[in-house]
Amino acid sequence: MAVSNPFASLFGTSPIKPLQQHMAAAVVCAEKLSEFFAASFAGDWASAEELFKEISAAEHEADRINKEFRMNMPKSLFMPVSRGDLLSIIGIQDDIADHAKDIAGIILGRQLQVPVALQKKFASFVAESGNACNKALTAVNELDELLETGFAGQEVKFVEKLIRDLDKQEQRVDKGEKSLRHRLFALESEMNPIDAMFLYSTIDNIGALADFAKAIGNRLELLMAK
Amino acid sequence: MELFTTYGTILIGLAAVFGLFMAWGIGANDVANAMGTSVGSRALTVKQAILIAMVFEFAGAYLAGGEVTSTIRKGIIEAEIFAQHPDDLVFGMMSALLAAGIWLAVASANGWPVSTTHSIVGAIVGFAAVGVDVDAVNWGKVGNIVASWVVSPVLAGTMSFLLFRSVQRLILDHDNPFERAKRYVPFYMFLVGFLISMVTILKGLKHVLKDAHMKLSFADSMLIAVAIGVVVALFGSYLLSRIKRDESLEHSDRFANVERVFAILMVFTACAMAFAHGSNDVANAVGPLAAVVNVVQSGGSISAKVAMPPWILLLGGIGIVVGLATYGVKVMGTIGRKITELTPSRGFAAELGAAATVVLASGTGLPISTTHTLVGAVLGVGMARGIAALNLRVIGTILTSWVVTLPAGAGLAIIFFFILKAIFGG
Repeated sequence: MAVSNPFASLFGTSPIKPLQQHMAAAVVCAEKLSEFFAASFAGDWASAEELFKEISAAEHEADRINKEFRMNMPKSLFMPVSRGDLLSIIGIQDDIADHAKDIAGIILGRQLQVPVALQKKFASFVAESGNACNKALTAVNELDELLETGFAGQEVKFVEKLIRDLDKQEQRVDKGEKSLRHRLFALESEMNPIDAMFLYSTIDNIGALADFAKAIGNRLELLMAK
Repeated sequence: MELFTTYGTILIGLAAVFGLFMAWGIGANDVANAMGTSVGSRALTVKQAILIAMVFEFAGAYLAGGEVTSTIRKGIIEAEIFAQHPDDLVFGMMSALLAAGIWLAVASANGWPVSTTHSIVGAIVGFAAVGVDVDAVNWGKVGNIVASWVVSPVLAGTMSFLLFRSVQRLILDHDNPFERAKRYVPFYMFLVGFLISMVTILKGLKHVLKDAHMKLSFADSMLIAVAIGVVVALFGSYLLSRIKRDESLEHSDRFANVERVFAILMVFTACAMAFAHGSNDVANAVGPLAAVVNVVQSGGSISAKVAMPPWILLLGGIGIVVGLATYGVKVMGTIGRKITELTPSRGFAAELGAAATVVLASGTGLPISTTHTLVGAVLGVGMARGIAALNLRVIGTILTSWVVTLPAGAGLAIIFFFILKAIFGG
């Protein structure tokens, strides 16, 4: 009974909680990269593989939430935020999880070693990028408070501050990426050329994580602007 | 009339059973909708909701249900046409009760959208127009009623929208929402007390006061309503003063303590909702029964002015309580689980908007659908960007319920009308 009770069927599944859970899973992927690289620097490929499995599991979890999220988003849903914006946010969040898994996969598969001279800078670059993702998660976690206030007033100002913070973090990652590439350029002639190429692309991908985080912040701004 | 002297007791007995059945259906379905908001937002447990429903449904029916009862009893039909055929009115009202009751039971069992109000109005129009004469229906009044079905959800939505906006403006959009909530929530409580007592004094107590040879001017009524509102607000403030801010709750949700304040307010709006529902919907079961009892006891005269025997109201009240206890509990639980997204700050806005609309309609004697009004109110809160996800397909469901319930109630009533006529009318 109560299947088409008009009152009971009025309420759809809230998209906010799954969106936050999905982001949390994606951020686990991005932040585990720090430990993963630490293990690879130490040449401890056994723990690196263990960490890769953990990243992989978190990515699977994100995929599962993503699928469920989309299934609960029929076009007839009336929401305080646009359906398109939510779908694009979860798409970007998914990119974080996918990229993090790819990064770890390539390093592990090739047992690619970052040159010792670069390792310290590289480690902080990975951490900063993970930090950007975490800041995006903080902002996404404000969505229920935003809903509570009807996307207006003080709460919007608070989230805008979080997003400005996130943008600054992304710039920091950008700078780190530039200088890391520069240092790699100085070293590349001493390296196996294919390793060097993959290292360049890994740096790109780690930088991309922060770009995704920033893009999520931009989307949140769009939600609040309406 | 000979029919009434021979079969009078049987007719009244049958009508009472049908009325009880109808009241049971209302208690099983409708009340659960009205109270589900409070249960869903966890302001009340199911048990508390049922307790409140029992008391305030009955109070609403008794104190403010008179106008709607009289509409159902004699407003939809043309009394003059039935003056020569009081037996038709008796059979018609009995069949309307039976038709609406059965339709409610069948439809709820199958999960079809139903409204008790639409069933009974459809049934009465059906037996009168087809069974007796097209002119036996007061089409002007029916037009007003149908218009009110469109207007009421819109009105409730507008009120709830404004209420929720005011909550955002006054309370949520500040640095210290908890303190602001404690300061402003009593005003909403005042509104609840004022509104309910105003309608009760103006409309419901009219006949009680007349019997006591008292006459209140509008200003007097206003003053009394304000006084009651203030008392309610003071009592509410006392309850609020016992709520202490618990910082540990704010880690996961910064508005957790604010919602605890609104949960208290929701107890008040739940009472208002039950009162409003009682004032409007109990008439669906009690009105036709009252018509039957009137005609039979007066020996066939369709008198316009007859006091309603109190046992009829009691019967309606008992039916609703039993329906609530036997089946409504289950429905309420289902609804409560479905609408956990509705926090008290929104639930109260929806409930108060809906309760105000329903009580106003009751005051004007218009039978409206509480459920549809509540749906309109919730959509109003949604318009204020207050609810994460609303399923708009429900609007289609409501339209279907109009299209399906009216003819279904009418068709069944026509069939029962001719059956009853054949049995008793010879």
